[in-house]
Amino acid sequence: MQQLKQAAESNVNTPRITSPKALEDYRASLASKYGHDVPTVIICCGTGCRPSNAVEVAELLEKGLAEADFQGKIVPHVKATGCHGFCSRGPIVELEPQGIFYQKVKPKDVPEIIEKTIKGGELIKHLQYKDASKKVFTHTNEIPFYAKQSRLVLKNIGKINPFDIDDAIATGTYGALAKALSSMTPGQIIEEVKTSFIKGRGGAGFPTGIKWESCASQIGNRYIICNADEGDPGAFMDRSLLEGDPHRILEGMAIAAKAIGSNRGYIYVRLEYPLAIQTLTQAIQQAEAMGLLGDNIMGTGFNFKVSLSMGAGAFVCGESSALMSSLEGKVGRPRPKYIRSVEKGFRDSPSNLNNVETYANIPDIILKGGEWYKSIGTKESTGTKVFSLTGNVHNIGLVEVPMGVPLREIIFDIGGGVPKKRAFKAVQTGGPSGGCIPAQHLDIPVSFESLDQVGSIMGSGGMIVMDENICMVEVARYFTHFLVEESCGQCTPCREGLIRMEEILERITHGEGREEDPDTLEEIGKFVTNFSLCGLGTSAANPVLSTIRHFREEYETHIRHKKCPAGVCKPLYSLKIDEEKCVGCGICKKRCPVNAITGDKKKPHVLEIEKCIKCMECHKNCDFAAVIVL
Amino acid sequence: MAGIESKCTEPEIDYNVLNSIIVDRYNQNRENLIMMMQAIQKQYRYLPITALRYLSDKVQVPLIKIFEIATFYASFSLKPKGKNIINICTGTACHLKGTGKMVEHITSKVGIKSGETTPDMLLTMDNVNCVGACAVAPVIVFNEKYYPEADLSVINTLLDQAKSE
Ligand SMILES: Cc1cc2nc3c(=O)[nH]c(=O)nc-3n(C[C@H](O)[C@H](O)[C@H](O)COP(=O)(O)O)c2cc1C
Ligand code: FES
Ligand code: FES
Repeated sequence: MQQLKQAAESNVNTPRITSPKALEDYRASLASKYGHDVPTVIICCGTGCRPSNAVEVAELLEKGLAEADFQGKIVPHVKATGCHGFCSRGPIVELEPQGIFYQKVKPKDVPEIIEKTIKGGELIKHLQYKDASKKVFTHTNEIPFYAKQSRLVLKNIGKINPFDIDDAIATGTYGALAKALSSMTPGQIIEEVKTSFIKGRGGAGFPTGIKWESCASQIGNRYIICNADEGDPGAFMDRSLLEGDPHRILEGMAIAAKAIGSNRGYIYVRLEYPLAIQTLTQAIQQAEAMGLLGDNIMGTGFNFKVSLSMGAGAFVCGESSALMSSLEGKVGRPRPKYIRSVEKGFRDSPSNLNNVETYANIPDIILKGGEWYKSIGTKESTGTKVFSLTGNVHNIGLVEVPMGVPLREIIFDIGGGVPKKRAFKAVQTGGPSGGCIPAQHLDIPVSFESLDQVGSIMGSGGMIVMDENICMVEVARYFTHFLVEESCGQCTPCREGLIRMEEILERITHGEGREEDPDTLEEIGKFVTNFSLCGLGTSAANPVLSTIRHFREEYETHIRHKKCPAGVCKPLYSLKIDEEKCVGCGICKKRCPVNAITGDKKKPHVLEIEKCIKCMECHKNCDFAAVIVL
Repeated sequence: MAGIESKCTEPEIDYNVLNSIIVDRYNQNRENLIMMMQAIQKQYRYLPITALRYLSDKVQVPLIKIFEIATFYASFSLKPKGKNIINICTGTACHLKGTGKMVEHITSKVGIKSGETTPDMLLTMDNVNCVGACAVAPVIVFNEKYYPEADLSVINTLLDQAKSE
């Protein structure tokens, strides 16, 4: 929490920016403190790294450096940043300006880092990144996970202290707002965004420029709303942006406000993101204190105030009309689509709602132009997209690539492929309303259109890799169950249809499937898709329909042969230890919570199936693939 | 709601605290109702009926509307919670890494399902859909502390800890 205090103190001396020119001068004055060549020890204190004692590492680094004797040399300063997007390797420490990357740093490693690397210039082997083939990488930008990405939206994340506005300003933040306020008309801003052809990053992929234009043409008070509800369980792009670079989002919203003619903005953040709430709260305070938000922004006479509002744990509140109703302090039930929120949204006034990542793209579009933006990505899907790559993949984390990059490149080149020599089975994109894409489609380019063609969606960017040990019927059951719980219950197709689908899927996973079940599921699924009220219902059948489309034989094995080949549906498989493969290492015996495994060291072990609760701890942890599913 | 009222021993309601939330912090503005309820829940670890009645009066929103909100949003609870709270993340990334089995394990070991509290009021299990730490799945949260890459043995330790307090 050191960093919090620091930023708050430094803010006392920050000036009020009274003109766009003053912002430039102020930025120039920050170079000596924040320039690229200033020796800095960066430590990630994002949500992914904190549970592994990142804050303690940061504090120890600060203390250690203050106490160490540098014999007159410059003492590097310690900077806590937001999520670097590589949380599976956290806590991450980087040494600038050399660009040295250390992973999984523990508090006890701190003295060694200070003595050996910072003072002695020597690398510490056990903290370096190694890929699957054990090749060692020294610098961040050489690690395949980072080297193959194009980080535009994420470029500041992991570089700046999100609690310190000066750090953001030093990298150029608020420069685009200065440009928009001093030298562009609202019409020109909208034109630039239209030229860029950016489509909303929240899921539906609606062209942002067109949305802005239609909201700007309305009469009355207009509202700018940022959707930071990130409901897709398993995705954390928005969380990382909110925690790591909050000023970029505020700048994007302010530019939208200028373009649309609004002086009031809201950010709706999900309750499960306490750190994002903290970061945003401080960012808004600092920006207001400096005259970069609030009244008379940069002396231009433009006013824009932003407030935070918290969700309370409802997936459907990510839907635009439900979100607005929740902002009004009511339950979040979606409205029929024919009422457009750009005309009649929050408080029945014209409202422009965009996703976090959409706003985060805006500053660069204003600074570098719509034509520049359009040159990245594909013709129909321009720009880059951030994906949260999780599941059974070697490098788990946030990946930003130009639209149009093949799925294979993301999963195998950047993600490093499926670990433990297991086979790739499917990749699930688009969250609970998305679909599962099998191996034969791995070469399709990621874009809104191509994902749609294979029965999935882009969604907000969740990308979950599944290996051979994942059961597709169970995945479909999981998402359907999720949506049953989250359906608001207003319309019958969604409320009842999903419950019936879940019942059938439950039955199949319990070995009571009937021959006609896949067809019935498809029939109900199509009905739910066509007749539901809101986006939740119309996409809710996707997980079921896409798994039936691509993995029908797996449904049939469950139904006809009462077998779950992936070893997931408990009543449909059995476990055995292969005597030939077992080396008697004893890991399984140690892991078994019910003592179902016996055997002496270095001799094949035996699993007593009567005691086994099929928790799969043995199967998961066996390095010799000796625990087999029957 | 009679059932809920009669079962729980209501905590002492401090109206100064309620006023500081409803009036001072949120200006009695009914648009802030959800955040007021979050603040009240933070104070009492659930939503006591007396506090909701007072809230209803202060913001001039019928009690039934407040109950509607309390039951619509997953994070609200009308029942008192245990001394310790364990949240198992059942988001997709965590589910695929086996948190469903962890939930079953807890149910079979201490006899509570998601949303329930042990009779001795020592432990509540409240499951969440993703806490944003998916890269270190499976994640469990015990009394607001995150446990990354957790397994059954971590859960067993936490269950013992909950019992001993
Ligand atoms: C059930 C449901 C959940 C949604 N959840 C989110 C969400 O968590 N975050 C988000 O940005 N958009 C979400 N959306 C999409 C929004 O309705 C809306 O299209 C989007 O926020 C608009 O912003 P964009 O044009 O910048 O994408 C959801 C839609 C539906 C139907
Ligand atoms: S939180 Fe540290 S890399 Fe994501
Ligand atoms: S799915 Fe568990 S933290 Fe995201």
